This record gives sequence, C-alpha cells and structure tokens, in this order.
Amino acid sequence: MQFSEFLEHNIVCLDGGMGTLLQAQGLQPGEHPEYWNLSHPEVVTAIHKAYYDAGSNVVSTNTFGANALKFSADELDAIVRAAVENARAAQKASANGGETFVALDIGPTGKLLKPLGDLDFEAAVELFAQTIRLGAAYGVDLILIETMNDSYETKAALLAAKETCTLPVLVSNAYGEDGKLMTGATPAAMVAMLEGMGADAIGANCSLGPRQLRGVVGELLENASVPVLLKPNAGLPRSEQGRTVFDVSPTEFAEEVARIVAKGVRVAGGCCGTTPEYIRALTEKLAALAPVPLTEKNLTVVSSYSHAVKFGEKAVMIGERINPTGKKRFKQALVENDMDYILSEGVAQQEKGVHVLDVNVGLPEIDEVKLLRETVCELQAVCDLPLQIDTADPAAMEAALRRYNGKAMVNSVNGKAESMAAVFPLVKKYGGLVVALTLDENGIPATAEGRVAVARKILACAQSYGIAKKDLIFDPLAMTISADTSAAVTTLSALKRIQTELGCHTLLGVSNISFGLPNRDAVNGTFFALALENGLSAAIMNPFSADMMKTYYTYHALKNLDENCAAYIAAADSFAPTVVATAAPAAKTPEEYRSELQRAIVKGFQEKAGELTAGLVQTTDPMAIVADEIIPALNIVGKGFEEKTVYLPQLLMSAEAAKSAFEKIKQHLVQNGEKAVGKGKFVIATVEGDIHDIGKNIVKLLLENYGFEVIDLGKDVAPETVVAAVIEHRAPLVGLSALMTTTVPAMEETIRRLKVAAPWCKTVVGGAVLTKEYAEKIGADAYAKDAMETVRYAESVLASENHA
Amino acid sequence: MNQAILTKTYPEPPIDERAILRYAGCKEADDAVRALMETCLGEAHGALSYRVCWVELPVKIDKNRCDLQYMTIESKDLANNLQGCGRVVLFAATVGIELDRLILKYSRIAPAKALLMQAIGAERIEALCDAFCAELKNGCALRPRFSPGYGDLPLEVQREIFALLGCEKRIGLSLNESLLMSPTKSVTAFVGMRE
Repeated sequence: MQFSEFLEHNIVCLDGGMGTLLQAQGLQPGEHPEYWNLSHPEVVTAIHKAYYDAGSNVVSTNTFGANALKFSADELDAIVRAAVENARAAQKASANGGETFVALDIGPTGKLLKPLGDLDFEAAVELFAQTIRLGAAYGVDLILIETMNDSYETKAALLAAKETCTLPVLVSNAYGEDGKLMTGATPAAMVAMLEGMGADAIGANCSLGPRQLRGVVGELLENASVPVLLKPNAGLPRSEQGRTVFDVSPTEFAEEVARIVAKGVRVAGGCCGTTPEYIRALTEKLAALAPVPLTEKNLTVVSSYSHAVKFGEKAVMIGERINPTGKKRFKQALVENDMDYILSEGVAQQEKGVHVLDVNVGLPEIDEVKLLRETVCELQAVCDLPLQIDTADPAAMEAALRRYNGKAMVNSVNGKAESMAAVFPLVKKYGGLVVALTLDENGIPATAEGRVAVARKILACAQSYGIAKKDLIFDPLAMTISADTSAAVTTLSALKRIQTELGCHTLLGVSNISFGLPNRDAVNGTFFALALENGLSAAIMNPFSADMMKTYYTYHALKNLDENCAAYIAAADSFAPTVVATAAPAAKTPEEYRSELQRAIVKGFQEKAGELTAGLVQTTDPMAIVADEIIPALNIVGKGFEEKTVYLPQLLMSAEAAKSAFEKIKQHLVQNGEKAVGKGKFVIATVEGDIHDIGKNIVKLLLENYGFEVIDLGKDVAPETVVAAVIEHRAPLVGLSALMTTTVPAMEETIRRLKVAAPWCKTVVGGAVLTKEYAEKIGADAYAKDAMETVRYAESVLASENHA
Repeated sequence: MNQAILTKTYPEPPIDERAILRYAGCKEADDAVRALMETCLGEAHGALSYRVCWVELPVKIDKNRCDLQYMTIESKDLANNLQGCGRVVLFAATVGIELDRLILKYSRIAPAKALLMQAIGAERIEALCDAFCAELKNGCALRPRFSPGYGDLPLEVQREIFALLGCEKRIGLSLNESLLMSPTKSVTAFVGMRE
C-alpha cells in the first residue's frame, strides 16, 4: 500500500527517540550519530527493528543531521544509502504484521537563515535537496521534516522536497513553552504556510512533553485540513547522577498521547527520551481508537513569519502606500534604491493598524524581479505583517513568493487565460491567497451579472489547478463615480452576489471610487462603509486617511464586532485632523538657539523637527534652511560629541531629527520637480565576513545629514562588490567597517583592489578592532575613530578636490 | 559515562539601567535619552527570553592542556583560569532571537533606538550569565567566566562547544560561518569550580 493511502484511512504510528539509544550504546557527545549508519549498522538496524516490533508503521532513518554542511558529498551519499538500507533491513526482519514504511528523516541544518543568521535561503533549499535527492533515489517511502524551529528553514526544506521528489512529505515543528517557534511563528501561521505549499501532514515534535504540547496541537487541529502529527518528548529532562532522565513514564506517555489522538491527531510517535517501550505502550492505546475523519476547515488565511491573519467577520485592512503610482517621492526612492524610505513607509502603516501590507515596486526603468524580491526580504526583516505581492510581472511574482516567509497574498490574477496560466501555477507551488479581478479579455463587464460570470470562470479555472475556493479573494473593481454615477451601485451589487452566490471573500481598492472628485477621502469613507455592509472582507486602503479609519473602527463598533468598543476607543484620538504645523513664534525660542528648528534638532525632537521644516519650506528657500538652520544645529551637536559633552545616543537622536527635517525638504523639492544637489558620493560597507553594521549605519546617517549621497552596500560585502560600486558611481570616497580581527584581512583585500581598479578613490576605515597604525598598515587613506571624524575627513577630501 | 546536558529558562533578572547607558556610550543621560531607554526597555521586554544549556565536566590541567573529558583544549590562559579546579561547567546562554529582530528593525529606521536595543541586549545577557552563575555557586568557589576569544582561547573552540552542547536544538542558538552566534546577544563560557 502507498503511504498516502494508509494515511488517509488510519492512525499512523511513528517511531521514538534515536539519539539517547545510540548514546546508551556508546555514542559520544559531540560525535555525529549519522556515522553510525556506516560504523555500527547492526546497532542502528536493531533500534529500527525494535520500533517496528513495538508497532511503528513508520520508522525514520538515522539521518537527522545528514546534510552537506556536516559531511562531504561522498560521505553524505554513503550515509543516506546505509541509513535507508538499515531501516529496510529492520523492516524486513521485523515481526510487525501491519503496514510498514521507511521515512527519510530531515532535521534542521543547525544554521540560522538570513537576515537573522548567515545561511542564504536558496543555499538552505539546496542543502535539503541534496539529502532528499539521495533519500528518494535509495527508495524511501516518504519524507519526514522535523524539529524545525524556524518557519523560513521549514519552508526551505518543504520546497526542496517538493522540487526534488513526488513522495509524501510530513512536516513537524519544535514549539517552545510559549506555543511558538523559536523565530516566532504560531501554529496557525505554520498551518497557513505549509498547507499552502502542499504538506501532507503538519505537526509538532520535540522540545516538550505531550501535556505541554496540548495547546499547540489544539491550535493545529483547529486550523489544519490535512492530518496533524504529534511526536512529543518523554516529558522534560532532568539530571540524575549525571544522567539525563525524562519525567513521563511509558504508560503516562501513551495515555496522554492517546487522549490527544482521540481529539483528531492522525500521526503519532515519540521524540527525545522515548524508547520502543514507549511506542509499544502507545500502539496498544492507539489500537482502541478509530481515526477521526479529516474535515475541510475552509479558512481563508495569510501569514507572516510570526502570525496568521484570517479573513472573516472583521474586515482586513491592507495598506496601499508601498506603491509608486501617483507618488513622486516614492518613485524617487525606488530609482535611488532608497530601501530605508520604503521600509519606513511599511512600518508607519503598521503603526496605523493595518493587517497586511501591499508591496508594489513596479516602475518601467527598474529591474522589478530583483527589486521586488529584495523589498519583500527587507520588509520581512523589519515588519511582521503578512505581505501582498503586487505585480503584473509573473517572474517578479515568483521571485517574491519564493523568498516570502509565510503565506502571502498575491495581487493579482484576472479572467484572461494568459493571466490565469501564469499566476495559478505559482499559487499552487508556493501557496498564497490570490486576488482575482473580475475582468477578462473583453474588459471590465459593465454589469454586476457580467462580473459575477467572470468570477465563476476564474473560480473554475483555479479549481482545475487544485487551488481551493478559500484561496481566492475577488475584487469586483471599484470604478470612479465621476465618470459613471452608477459605478458604485454596480460594484456593490457584484460584491454582494460574489459573497452570497459563490461563497467567496471579496476585496476592493476603495479609493478608485472617487477619482476626479474633490475631497476624495469623504467619498472613500462612505463607500467603504457601504461595501462593508455588503460583505466586503478586505480593503486596499490608505491608513493615513482619517475618513477611512473612522469608517473602519465605527463600523466594527456599530456591528457588535468590537468588544467593549475597545478598538474604537483606542483609535478614536487618531481621527482628529492633524494640525498643520506653523513656525513657532520667535519669542519662544530660548536664546542659545537661533530658532525653534535648531533647538528641535539639537534636542533630538524628531517629529517637531519635521513639522517645523514642513512649515518653513512654504516660506523659505530650502537650501537656506539647510545652510542656516540644520547644518549649524548639527555642528553644535557634533562639536559637543567631540568635546564629550554630548554622548552617542544624543548624537543619534539629533541626527534622526535632522533626517526628518531633510525628508520634508526632499518632499518639497520632489513636488516642485527639483532635485537636491548632493555634496558628493560616498560608498559604505561592512567588509566580507562581518555582520556588524550598527557603526556603519551611524556613519551613514551622519554623512547623509551633511549632504553626502551615501551608497550603502550593507554588511558582509565582498571586495569585488565594493570595487564595482565605486566604479559605477565614480565615488571619490569609500568607508569600510570591520568589528572583528578575523575580518580585517577582507578589509585589506578590498583596499588593495580599490587601489588598482579605482585609484582616484580615498578609503576611510573604522570599527572596534582598528587603530590609526593598523589602518596605515593595511593601506587605508584614513582612520576615523567615530562617525564625526568620518564626516570631517570626507569634507576635507571634497574640499581639497574642489580646490584642485 | 554520559554527562547530562541540561536546559533552563530563567525569569527576568534585575535590570541595571546604568549599565545599559554605559553600553550605549552614554556617561550622563538627559531626560530625552532616559525616555528613549524606557521606551526601548518596554518594547524589548516582551521580546526577551532567558535560556541556558550547560554540562558539568571533570577537568584535568596539564601545563597548557585542559582535558575536559569530551574535548581537549590547548590554551595557556584557560589553563591558568581553571588551575586548581576539579570540575568545570560549560554553558551557553542567550536572550533570544526576537531582540535581534528589534535591533535589525531599528538599525534601518531609527539608529538611536538600535543603539539602545544593542545596549539592552549586552546588559541582559550579562545579567543572565550572572543569574546562572549565582545558582551554580551553591557553596563552591567559581572562577570568572572564560569565553572563546578571551586571551589565547581561539574562537574555533566554539565549534566543539556547539557540537557538545547541541545549542541549536536546546536553546535555539546557532553558530555562523564566521564563528559568531545567532542570536547575537549570547554567551558561551567555561566556569571553573573549586570544591
């Protein structure tokens, strides 16, 4: 019988612990247990056989840590081959009369993925693929991915399995006492991502005993439509006369696990501390239970690396601000690759309370595949909201979906055959909730009837790809009432019919409704209320619009969807229109400061500095503000820092205040089609092998304050990347940072290459391990002990250049 | 004989605000810096976890050679540190990956907060190590903690420590190619014990 078929109709019993049993046979701490497949095949086979004899349907190969990080290609091949042979030999020798299978066991790599660690996502996929390819070739029946404590690594492993073989894949995570993975994911978030990608069972193992995992398993059962797996430890370990012992006995273990299986778990076994004795007790208990039938949970859900967002009673707000359409300042940020600006837009929307962020970086002159992928990764490093990948380019869509950590929203597909053929395979492979626009080759139907018909067509086509109804959300398209006054009525009617007749969730880009009208927010807010009343599940919207937010919170409070009106009360203050800042009267300025703006910067009042500048640019030449207000203020702080009367946190707060002043000036210039004139270009990087970037970021911030155009290459940057950037921008200055002695050689190498390929360029170096003498020794033009010294040096270089 | 490797999650150790400011390079804090530190502490609070895994090993010192049953280390400075100790505790401690996320986030959008989050992490991991060692003491004299990278003890020892303790699985601590740890606010160290 095939494993999938067995899983469909039975409770599957897995095996128990391997490591502790090998240790009892002499495996030393620090020794790789996987070698024992080759050195002690009889010991490994005997343990496998004991599990089959105890009643396990599935035994996992002794390959938990078998990956190319720990073993050479030849060793890995030999280990996996021997491991499968050992399991097969045990299966053959066992007296187990039932159905038995061999699973290829896949554990974590032991490395943390970027951005928190240093393992690249694609490198992780390839590591898993190498092992899985071998396991499949040597004939295992299924893959068991287990003990994963990071959702991103789990995704890499499942993706590798799906791309490498057609075997069933069970995926199990190690949850902590807080009911989450080490990197933060909840069980609901894991179900969303893994089910979307086609895992055959989803579960929890290791870390805790069966009792402590009860809550996690409950959440898995509530959310998963596929079988749920449980493989707990034999309780918690403690030391007894120098030995590790676990606090749950075989009988207790079996009773506790069986109790949870009765609630719906379909795959059960044991992890650390469990032995064949535990599994025998368990199989005896399980024999008395009938499998709980699987039920389709029909949840429409997306997830990030931390949590899931469900579509249902309460409307989901999707922030629309990461999008260049109609936004000059955003376009400029994209062209300049100003990622910090894009990230700030994301975080600011999160602070306003949106649940999902739409991400659109499409501009004709940029490489969208690269930029969308990069933006998704960068956003996921600073913000835990699920993302909506918004692009018309299927290649960019795939690049972003592949790297996305969780189950994304996909914006969008439509009724055109070409669109469906491009988008649906991606949704099937990577998972996702796809926004379906009710238009096709014939355009946007003028009637509600027509739009519902397109929706039906899309639904049928999605199902032919194996994409369930729950993973589609329909957009019946809001069109401006300024062109056709019946447009809103048509949209609302289509919306209601899709919801009631098709049983599908709906979404609207609300603000389109008011295009061409004055005071658009007023129209948008009311239309939003009407759409909600007609069953709208989600809105793509501007969270900075007070009218929209007012509608959102009042609607939920009025519809009894906001307990104690708590969300409304918490948000109510923010609806008050923001007072436009005016320049403060001069009389209030304390004497030691030239102006309120100068004081705000020196004191590090970020918001105030922005507000004051926004007022000033209306009446004053922006360049004069920079020269007469901002730079003198920064000089006061910089001088204080050099004289040790101002400390680093204060210096940074002032720099941030100055940055927000500069942002207002930049916005003003962009609006008027002008461009700020930079002082000069400065390429900055933390050298290869080094991941410390806080010092580098401080230098960058100050350089920007002083008008330099900083090209930030990030951390762990290869010498050739630095050289290429210097040549591309013909930058006169490069700043390199290193914090560890071990990475100074990389710095030296970078400087050596720069001297050859870009002899015009001056290098300044800094970082904890460097000294003036050391800097000279490795050929740097200058050493800077802190950010202010870097600024002073950069200014002196440019001054002498201008002189020459 | 197999030595038991144990794991423990600690409650939040007391916070030393002056140490945080010192780590942030701030001798005197004005109200604005204090307010920012308070905000950061509030945000960090929910992100911090305090986990340690450790093993107690017999130790024999022979000149510069430290024999720790499962690992032998050549280091004059470690040998000096452990001189006269019969047993040594090898531990790994971490305040968790969520703080790294906060540092990463603010380093992109608010460097002053990033600096304070770094400082909070530095203070918190030291406080965790102190809490762990205070518990170890239990009547015997402890030597100062000694970590890879101190004196002539090479960073490469990290690989052996990780292999022995299984830090990845036990406390979610992993070792990078450049021998740095993720989460960054983590410590591995030897603590010599005299009966």
